[in-house]
Amino acid sequence: MYDLIIVGGGPAGMTAAVYAARKRLNTLLLSKDVGGQVLWTMGVENYMGYQYIEGPELMQKFEEQVKQFPLDQKIGQGASTLSRVDVGFEVRAEGGESYQARAVIVATGKRPRQLNVPGEERLKGRGVTYCAICDGPIFAGEKVAVIGGGNSALEAAYDMVKIGDHVYLVSTTPLTGDQVLIEKVKEASNLTTLLEHEVLSIEGSNRVESLTVRDLKTGAEKKLEVGGVFVEIGLIPNSDVVRDIVKLNRLGEIEVNCACETGVPGLFAAGDVTNVPEKQIVVAAGEGAKAALAAHKYLQRL
Amino acid sequence: MSAKVVKVYSTPTCPYCKMAKKFLETNKIPYHDLNVAGDKAVLEEMIHKSGQMGVPVIDVDGEFVVGFNQAWLKEKLGL
Repeated sequence: MYDLIIVGGGPAGMTAAVYAARKRLNTLLLSKDVGGQVLWTMGVENYMGYQYIEGPELMQKFEEQVKQFPLDQKIGQGASTLSRVDVGFEVRAEGGESYQARAVIVATGKRPRQLNVPGEERLKGRGVTYCAICDGPIFAGEKVAVIGGGNSALEAAYDMVKIGDHVYLVSTTPLTGDQVLIEKVKEASNLTTLLEHEVLSIEGSNRVESLTVRDLKTGAEKKLEVGGVFVEIGLIPNSDVVRDIVKLNRLGEIEVNCACETGVPGLFAAGDVTNVPEKQIVVAAGEGAKAALAAHKYLQRL
Repeated sequence: MSAKVVKVYSTPTCPYCKMAKKFLETNKIPYHDLNVAGDKAVLEEMIHKSGQMGVPVIDVDGEFVVGFNQAWLKEKLGL
């Protein structure tokens, strides 16, 4: 049995791991991957200590630091269930193995929101992608659609106008991203912006061939011939594993106080999966530290 | 037992591709680094083989996996 299980290996989870290990807590870090959302980020310019560093490289540095401390790691599987047991908590990994601990920190971050339209699931990986950074170059020279109006969508559109034949930027609302990005993208001659349009369906037999959108003002439908669809419409908290035992806000985020307590004794949460107002790497790292220290105090009082 | 032929289909900016290659390098497994962004023929080969367009696709002696699946790689490479 462990003193502490940390579920999630992004900046929050990894920082918590270092703090927990340094407090000599017998700790297990359980996570699908190491790095979380930061892996999808190319340039990081606002994590202190690094003028500019790429997401994967920063996470590699975090990982190397975690390795300097004694703790167990089970990477490659997420947690499928988390339940309260008499000694504290039991966490079952996706592979079936169960682990028990006196305290748990949930630091599972967020995942991309899906459109939930016909064709999306079927054509996932065959033209429908949620990672413009990973898959952008595959669509070089093609017509693509970027769905969304925030920074992620604008950055994807900006990357694709440079290498694609044509980009359709489709958003149900006016653009909400940073002005700097809006301006950069507006200058592109091969960009068509379709604001106040919604996606009705994605079509194609073996891969994406077209996208049907509807103008929300007029009701008119239009089919766009595209080879790729980049879905950048926001993120959903990975809070399902504790949905039945903690309080979630209306966005599905785990509600915590500033000591990262969830209200369930011994259960803490940190980072983007919580209601912390700002979702930033430096914030997640700070929250991870606080959660580990709070867990340590909790365990001392047991 | 002869060494297995490993091919990694990737794009230059894909973080999971980088992690997969680093995993192979750390374990001293030689591999063919196939950039699908640079070569349409290579891209078509990957799509034909795996039935999809996501990267990375890792081919070990003809068997493949989509994504950086460490457990699968460890099993196929006897690590």
